[in-house]
Amino acid sequence: MPVKAKEEKMNIKKIIQWSVMAGIILMLALPALAGDPNGAETYTNDIAGMKLAINFTWTLIGAFLVFFMQAGFAYLGAGALRVKNTVNYFTKSYMDFSIGALAYWAVGFGLMFGGSKLYPGLEDGNAWIGWSGFFLTGDAYDVQTIMFWMFQVVFAATAATIVAGAVAERLKIQAYLIYSIFVTAVIYSIYGHWIWGGGWLSTLPYGVGARDFAGSGAVHAIGGFVALAGVILLGPRIGKFNKDGTPNAIPGHDVGMIVMGTFFLFFGWFGFNPASTLAATDLRISVIAVTTFLAGAAGATFVCYATYFKTGKVDIALTCNGALAGLVGITAGAAYVAPWAAVVIGIISGMLIMFGLWFNEWKLKIDDPVGAIACHAYNGVWGLLAVGIFADGTYGGVKGLIVGETGQIIAQAIDAVTVAVWAFGTGLILFGILKYTIGIRVSAEEELTGLDIPEHGTSAYPEFVIAGPFDGKR
Amino acid sequence: MIKVEAIIRPAKVEDVKNALDKAGYVSLTITEVKGRGQQKGIKQVWRGREYVVDILPKVKVELVVNDEKADEVTGIIQQSAYTGNFGDGKIFLTPVQKVVRIRTGESGADAL
Repeated sequence: MPVKAKEEKMNIKKIIQWSVMAGIILMLALPALAGDPNGAETYTNDIAGMKLAINFTWTLIGAFLVFFMQAGFAYLGAGALRVKNTVNYFTKSYMDFSIGALAYWAVGFGLMFGGSKLYPGLEDGNAWIGWSGFFLTGDAYDVQTIMFWMFQVVFAATAATIVAGAVAERLKIQAYLIYSIFVTAVIYSIYGHWIWGGGWLSTLPYGVGARDFAGSGAVHAIGGFVALAGVILLGPRIGKFNKDGTPNAIPGHDVGMIVMGTFFLFFGWFGFNPASTLAATDLRISVIAVTTFLAGAAGATFVCYATYFKTGKVDIALTCNGALAGLVGITAGAAYVAPWAAVVIGIISGMLIMFGLWFNEWKLKIDDPVGAIACHAYNGVWGLLAVGIFADGTYGGVKGLIVGETGQIIAQAIDAVTVAVWAFGTGLILFGILKYTIGIRVSAEEELTGLDIPEHGTSAYPEFVIAGPFDGKR
Repeated sequence: MIKVEAIIRPAKVEDVKNALDKAGYVSLTITEVKGRGQQKGIKQVWRGREYVVDILPKVKVELVVNDEKADEVTGIIQQSAYTGNFGDGKIFLTPVQKVVRIRTGESGADAL
């Protein structure tokens, strides 16, 4: 082909590319129909307007705190793994929220809150699935809807990142990126619609319907059970189990990272739970902050003494897991229970994570390097059930067994079974498809070398760099 | 007595250790070392630019055995550290004049 013709062909190709891109941009920038994209109509210069602005601020700051939990998960996981997989784990932890945010913007939010009618642009949907608000266009281009999106997207990202730790040190990065898209766009969002988007779980005819205040089930159990499915299909790390089936300890490389990561998560949880009121005018937020704090503290204290009485030593890495277990356990009930009940919930969460870690390693014989399944799946279920037991009727009309109501626990049990079956089932399908298409596990050679250099071309702490820039000869 | 000194791949430490252990050679010293041989360097990437690390991490395994055991030990290490690629490492054998066990003061073959 003559050079000129080739150039022309290239030009045509470029023109087509640009016009497609411009078309997409135009489509997304279509003027709002009834939404309020600049807030001028939503804000009023009176007390009502002030209340709205305070609630906006509260919710957005909560969202930023929850976002920071990503840093906690990244630190906690990296510290709990071996040094040769640090870059890989940080990359997964970073990219799941980046890709997940785009997937949630495009698809997930619309599936989850379409039909909830909570804010403009979320009108269409039924009890099973929503279908409006995609890409935040049309009516959803509204200050309130988008404030709500900002709060929801960080929850979706949290659900996604829980899985990274369980499948660490052996899952291919590309498989993980595809997983991140599907979990935030579909698995998390459809279940989220059932419980938070006005779906069938929230309107069950028992008690007031299933209640999951900030997402023991919707966020943590979803992540935990998808992780369980992934871990089963992946198989254990080389060297985790001996020939007779007994598990080996594979210590992480940085206890400081584990502790700091847990601090970040604990801090972020003060956005996760209290800001889930979406309103600072709802003064229950102080109670929620305290139930959150006490449950985390109780979980940590229980595990601290449990390890001490078991081995004579205090195990800080496990104690950190205990704090997180307590936090996961209180998340569903944070608004509905009294402080004393939060302590009980936290202690039981601590027991549950000790039991869960033992059960996973010795009975199920699965390899979960950071304990994500015991922490998030088992305690997520416990958190849902705890609402049905400990809710004291002072908030939202939710009454549990302790005030003599038996209806709520039935709704909570249905919710718990649903979340486990849904997340585990869809997780098996997702990781199963990935396994038989692009593959999910790195080669044994890469696994032994560590994933950092084969998958990312660099180590986390590149020292002894003797030669200068690559000269093409070596 | 002979000191067997093997420079091997870090990923092969477990295999070598287990193979030696199986044959009854329990005592050994392991050091993380850096070095280079025919493998030269490996390419890594830092923010999109390639660079070469040409002093690579290796592990040095040292053990001292009686003369007649040296060949067996060498064979075990050679087989268990083998991948067939550049960078598998080398084994050096050197005579040892004297060995003293600190705890008891024993010397020679008794101290091994």
